Amino acid sequence: MASRNEAKLLVPLGVVLLVVLGLSIFIGRYPTPYIMSPSLLYHDDMARQVVWSLRLPRVLMALLLGMTLATAGTVLQMIFRNPLVEPGFLGVSQGAAFGATLAILWLGSSPLLIEFFATFFALAGLFLSYYLAKQWNFGGWTLRLVLAGMVVSALFSSGVGILKYLADPLTQLPEITFWLLGGLWSVTWREVGYSAPVVLAGLLLSYLMRWRLNLLSLNEETAFSLGVAMEWERALLLVGAVAATAVVTSVGGIVGWVGLIIPHVARRLCGANAQFTLPTAMLLGGIFVVICDDLARTMLLGEIPLGILTSLIGALVFMGLMRSN
Amino acid sequence: MSIISLKDVSFGYGAEKALSDLSLEIPAGQITAILGPNGSGKTTLLHLMLGLLIPQTGQVWLDGQPQAHYTRRAMCQFIGLVPQLEYLPFNFSVLEYVLLGRTPHLGMLELPGERDYQTALSMLDMLGLTHLQARLVTELSGGERQMVILARSLSQQTRILLLDEPTSHLDLSNKGRILQVLHDLAEQGITVVFTTHDPEAVALIAHQLILMRGGQVQASGTVAQTLTTENLTATYGVPVQVISVAGRAVVLLANFVSYF
Repeated sequence: MASRNEAKLLVPLGVVLLVVLGLSIFIGRYPTPYIMSPSLLYHDDMARQVVWSLRLPRVLMALLLGMTLATAGTVLQMIFRNPLVEPGFLGVSQGAAFGATLAILWLGSSPLLIEFFATFFALAGLFLSYYLAKQWNFGGWTLRLVLAGMVVSALFSSGVGILKYLADPLTQLPEITFWLLGGLWSVTWREVGYSAPVVLAGLLLSYLMRWRLNLLSLNEETAFSLGVAMEWERALLLVGAVAATAVVTSVGGIVGWVGLIIPHVARRLCGANAQFTLPTAMLLGGIFVVICDDLARTMLLGEIPLGILTSLIGALVFMGLMRSN
Repeated sequence: MSIISLKDVSFGYGAEKALSDLSLEIPAGQITAILGPNGSGKTTLLHLMLGLLIPQTGQVWLDGQPQAHYTRRAMCQFIGLVPQLEYLPFNFSVLEYVLLGRTPHLGMLELPGERDYQTALSMLDMLGLTHLQARLVTELSGGERQMVILARSLSQQTRILLLDEPTSHLDLSNKGRILQVLHDLAEQGITVVFTTHDPEAVALIAHQLILMRGGQVQASGTVAQTLTTENLTATYGVPVQVISVAGRAVVLLANFVSYF
């Protein structure tokens, strides 16, 4: 194809992602902090255990989380024609937070229950936003949906506030706070297994429809004149992106900034055409979150919440990028 | 031979009627202008021809067949649109944007291929925009932008081109260029339909004129028959005079005192 410079970035990014993934399973605090020699895998049972049962599922989950948030961010920004939208905005993030808090407070802190409740309330947030937007009768559909999302998020976040107020400050409150800051410390193969189908389906759908995303970002009448079925194409992409976000949020908690910033970085690198921006954002999101999670579990003796690192590093990288040419 | 015909078409937004019992014919291969006051239903009429709006009563016929017989894809290969305003929240390059016009020729999940790039580039070349291909659409001047939107519609390669007020924000030279392009397209056999507030554009390039008022056709026919003092005065409800200068109709507003 005639000199498509935008696509040339994908191969190097793919290579970087593979290298980062490969290194990440040798990074950690066993047997000594930071990096482990691969040869240890041959003669240390414990090392094999750590790599296979702890690090590998966690690294893969970080990959899924990063790819999902970056993809969902790109998709939602384009279908809502608004570069400031982020994946959790339709009541999804705050819904998940409410569900997780509820589970920690009343049902003990079994990861399975937390994930179930978080997914349930994340999807409830989405449907409630959708229902409210359908009920209202002023303004355009996009405006109503965005406003409904804000209202539902506000309701859930005040709910989280009330629950935190009721929580035991010594046992429950730290756990709630830690969940809200995001992290992958509890990930096992089970979490990877149950989130992978929804996540991969959502990613594949967005990837296949990446040319349609461009069209959905145009005026309604222009998109129509080019043969786009606005309503259902938008709905399909929305459901795919939000369901995948709900699932990864239920596992990883609130990991901010990835879904907002990675699409901007991707556009900065290869322009607005989603044919290239979407795969670029996917790879960048994966690389970014896997690296942040490596730091989260390695830098200190205790775990650093992932959400803090993604916001901190994300904001710094973004500032640098916007200044450069 | 008319390529678009509307038969007894009515359409309203809610209780308000935008168009009532409207019938008209658009001849193939000619330029038809639609002139009328704000809110007279010009854009609604274009949207009905495009199929974006469905008539509440009556029918739209395209090339001898009811609109409903066309698939969406076939429709989009048949009619293109240059909208009045194109707000782009993302920074597409000119070439990327023009390439979007190839969509009706692609499958649902298909990406544009070499032929689509060639078509897009040849449209840019035809409009003299090749030097802009790598620029961002949002960085262009108003005139360049309108030409690029036109190039996007042309790369759709349709037989009919609908344009909603294509010259309304343009200076004289850009207006001249757009009108020249529309004239040339009609020479190549493309049917052009445009709405406008500018009688000069009508007199310069249009063959047919439809005058709209209050959702109805006030008058229609060839420009020579229709662009008259009586018709325009009745359409706009203010005294207007049409005179001939160098063989071309020129529309003058009467003195201010007579408006109220």
